[in-house]
This record gives sequence, C-alpha cells and structure tokens, in this order.
Amino acid sequence: MENLISRYRNVTILVAVLFFQVLGLAMQVRRSTQDESTRLIRVWAVDAVTPFEKGIVWFQTSVSNLFHNYFYLRGVRQENRDLKLQIERLRIEQVRLNQDAEQARRLQALLGFKEQFISKTLAAQVIGSSGSEQSRSIYIDKGSRDGVKQDMAVITADGVVGKVLRVFRSTSQVLLVNDQTSGVGAILDKSRLQGVLRGTAVGEVVLEKVMSDETVLPGEKVVTSGGDQIFPKGLAVGTVTKVSPGPELFLNIRVKPAVDLSRLEEVLVITQQEEKEPALADGAAPMRAADILAQRLPSVPDRPPDDPDKPPPPTSGLKIFPAPGTQGTTAATATAKPNGTAAASHARGDSGSATGTVSATTKPADNSSAVKQPVQKKPATPVGAVPDNATGDAPAVAPSHQPQLTPSKQGQQSQPAAIQPPQEPPQ
Amino acid sequence: MPITYTSNEQVEVYRFNLPAAILIPLIAVFLQAFVPLRFHFFSIFDLPLLVVIFFAVARRSPVAGLLTGAAIGLLQDSLTGHPLGLYGIAKTVVGYGASSLGVKLDVENAGSRFLVVLFFYVVHEIVYFTIARGLVGLTLQWSWPRELGSALANAALAVVLFALMDRFKQRT
Repeated sequence: MENLISRYRNVTILVAVLFFQVLGLAMQVRRSTQDESTRLIRVWAVDAVTPFEKGIVWFQTSVSNLFHNYFYLRGVRQENRDLKLQIERLRIEQVRLNQDAEQARRLQALLGFKEQFISKTLAAQVIGSSGSEQSRSIYIDKGSRDGVKQDMAVITADGVVGKVLRVFRSTSQVLLVNDQTSGVGAILDKSRLQGVLRGTAVGEVVLEKVMSDETVLPGEKVVTSGGDQIFPKGLAVGTVTKVSPGPELFLNIRVKPAVDLSRLEEVLVITQQEEKEPALADGAAPMRAADILAQRLPSVPDRPPDDPDKPPPPTSGLKIFPAPGTQGTTAATATAKPNGTAAASHARGDSGSATGTVSATTKPADNSSAVKQPVQKKPATPVGAVPDNATGDAPAVAPSHQPQLTPSKQGQQSQPAAIQPPQEPPQ
Repeated sequence: MPITYTSNEQVEVYRFNLPAAILIPLIAVFLQAFVPLRFHFFSIFDLPLLVVIFFAVARRSPVAGLLTGAAIGLLQDSLTGHPLGLYGIAKTVVGYGASSLGVKLDVENAGSRFLVVLFFYVVHEIVYFTIARGLVGLTLQWSWPRELGSALANAALAVVLFALMDRFKQRT
C-alpha cells in the first residue's frame, strides 16, 4: 500500500488538492444564499494588489491634473463663456422643471406615495477590476472606513453602475450590472412594464420577466423601479436595443447600459437613502381623496345670509390652492366667502367646518353635475369655512381638479364660477 | 521540430529565488486586474495562467506545478466575485499537466512554448467551464472561435513573456 502511494505520489497529491478545492467550492455554493462573510484569502489578495493599483491611479491622476490644470489651458476663456451661456439656459429650464416637479410631488403626496431620495453619496475612484471575463466587477478606493457597506448602490451621472458586493477596509468590490449574477429591478419608462435586469455570460444586459404579449419597442428607456430596495427609483439604466421572443412566455429584451461599463473612472456610492413622502413646498399635511371630493362638491350654508340683499352664500369648503412657489396667503385669500371677499381668518383650518365637509362628501357621487348646479339646502358649515385638514398652507390640488374661476369685482378675490348660486338676483 | 522527446537526464531543472517566485505571480495578477481597466482588449489574456505554465515547465516537478497552480488560481479567484476555487482547480490541473509534460519534453524553444500554451489554455478553459457550469451553476457560453482566438493570443504573448522570465531562472 505504502509502495503504491509512493509510486503514485504525484497523482495522489493532485487528487487531494483537487478534492479539497472542490469541497470548498461546494461549501461556498451551499452557503451562497446566506450572509457570507468575506474570506481571509480575499482580504489578503485585495490587500496585496490594491495598494499598487491605488498608487498607479494616484500617480496617473496627479500627472493628468498637473497637465490639464497648469499647462493645457488653451481655450479656457471660450469654454468659460460657453459654460456661462449654458448655465443661463439651464436656469430657465430649471424653473420649468421645478414647476413640473412640484406638481408631481403634490400629486404623489395626495396619493400617499413614498419616495426614496438619495440623501448622501460618496465619490470613489475605480482602481481595478476582477481581471476575469467571467466575473464583471470593479474595485473602488473607498471601503468600510469611509462608510461603504455591502449592497450599497453605485452610480455615475449617466446611470446605474452596480452594487457593492464586498467591503474591505479601504477598498470595495462592486458588482457591475452586466455580471450574470447581478439583478436590478427595472421598469420601462413609457410602457411602465416592470422586469428584472440581468447580465449575461458574454457581458450583455437583458431585461427579463416581461410577458411576451406586451409591446416593447427598441429605443425605449429603462429606469430603476426601486423594487429591489437597493437602487432608488428612477435612475437611468439603459435603452432597449433589441426585442425578441424569449424562453417560455417572456420577452428577450436586450438593453444597452446607460453607463459605459468598460470605461469607468469615477463613480458615486449612495451611502444614504431616505424614504419619505414627497415634501410639499408649503409643508402641508397630505389631503385625503374624500377631502378633495368634498371640495369639489357644493355644501349648504348652515344659516341664512345676514343681509337679505346680498346674494346667498356659495358652497363652502371650496378652496383655491396656491400655485407652486406661492405660500399660504394665496390659499387664504382665495377661500370663497359669500360676500365675495377673502376669508383669511378661516383659512387656517377650522374644526367647526368638519361637519360641512363630511356632509358634502355624503352627497351623490355625481359631483360634476352637483358642482355645476348646486342645491341650496340648509347650511352645514359656517360661511367661508374650509375643511378641517385644509389649512392655509395646505397642499394644492392639481389644476385639473380645480373648478374654473372667474374674476368677480375688481379688487375682490376670485370666486368659482361653477358654484355661483343660481338664485342670485340680477343686479 | 519544436517539441523533442528527451530523457530525464537531458532535461534541465530550474528553480527560482524567493522574491521572483512570489513577485512574478503577484505582478501577473496585478496586471490582469489593472490593465483591462485602461485597455479593455487585454482581458482576453490570462497572465496568471502563463505564469503557472512557465513555472511548471521550468521546475519540472508535478507537485510543485500543481501547488503553484492552486496558489495562483486561488489568488485570482479572490479578486473575482465568484466562489473561490474555480480558477484554483483549473490552474491546478494545468500546473500538474504542464510540469508532467515538461518532465518528458523539451519545451525550451519558442515553437514548443507556443504549442504548449495553446494546448493548456484550451484545457484550462474546458476545466473552468465544466466546474463553473457543473458545480457553481454559472451560465457560460462556449464558443470555439473565441476560445481558439484567445488561445492563439495567449500563446503569442507567452513566447515573448517566457523569454523575459527566463532571466529569473537559476540552474539547480
């Protein structure tokens, strides 16, 4: 036996080494679903390699900066002028986008949406790669001592790069979105179809789990859906390049990544995200759908007008909300009063008006006709009252939800034309 | 004729000093991880594999060859996102095979080196592919044109690289 082993010593050692490696591999595959701690050999390997990478990147950056910041300044003045013009154009565009964003936030707040906001990012430099065609990952020069943690999202200005796979003390490994073990919750920008973005063996990116009876066209943008709890919603992922029937009932959608993953130099690690309801510019509490409906319905004054010569009061609870950027004063002055003047004192939320609001919501659901032809009943709310949750700085309802307003006398506040009392005596 | 059959007495066995034995694999792994960032085409090369073959055929000891292959392979595995052992197993087999071949054949000239690297590159890819699909469950796609192209590129690079690394050889 001993003679046999010594005769086949080399083969025996080979089999033993292979056996232990296969055993270790099998154990790692089995544990891959659990929270795997970083193995010591990985730490050693990374510690052995990354200092050289960091040094070379630092030297390269320094030389490049020295050249570009001190020697190569030709055309800087012209570029400065162009950039100033660009800033002016962008400012104008920003105003328009701000208005759209405010409107979107208001609508989201009304629906109780929660949004994920990127509240803190960390800039990092790419210092290395995995060195393998089969494993698409990069190394960045920020690690646990900089606050990087596992599963943090990594992006650039162009879009999604990947997520942090392993964290070392001063470096981190980032799994790119085109690696076959990665997965990103994604949504098609126009059709709003959701799927899972995966890498393939050859480094392409495909969107999976989209049913084959859906219509997806090349050129459509793909953004993150936020469903994976790693990437915030709405980050650019890529563009659909090819759509073909895939396995089973799903489409095979090929996506060109928004980021050139083979030429990464600097990235941003999202170190902190916040999930909250979209903040309104005026900081008001969100309104319920019933409240909105109540405002669109006419209500009945709870007492007759003091002055019989004056026209009867219009419906209560109707409120004109401030335009983006205008604060509560607009809302207050826009609150309808029977005499056509503003009711600023009531605009900050009157608990007594709750009855009127509730009673309004119990009216027939055909609010369009009700608004156009309000029924005069016994008033249920004080004149000029607003719903209890509608403060002066309440969130504005979308413009499409507002009744059309017509100006009344000059110097007076606008009144909703649709709720003018029908019995108004002719002047 | 590039590959000649030799008796054990005719084959020269080399060894390497410790700094070279440690630094050459480290530099190979470092370059493999760093250069593709700037030059993406470089990722078709497998410098650690070339180093494994070089050490294996120079030392002409199967045990030393397989241990060198295992060490360099595991080091390479450590930088990837995949489980440890994929490259380790593949390079262990290559290290053992190359050193066993080195015992029997004279692989000192450029032609023989070219053919040896061409052959063992394909062996390495087959073993890696089998382990990755069979044990780890990765969905790799085998493409003969791509693999043969990479094998030719690596073999051509090996001829130059081996000539450079010959300077670190020491006769026993």
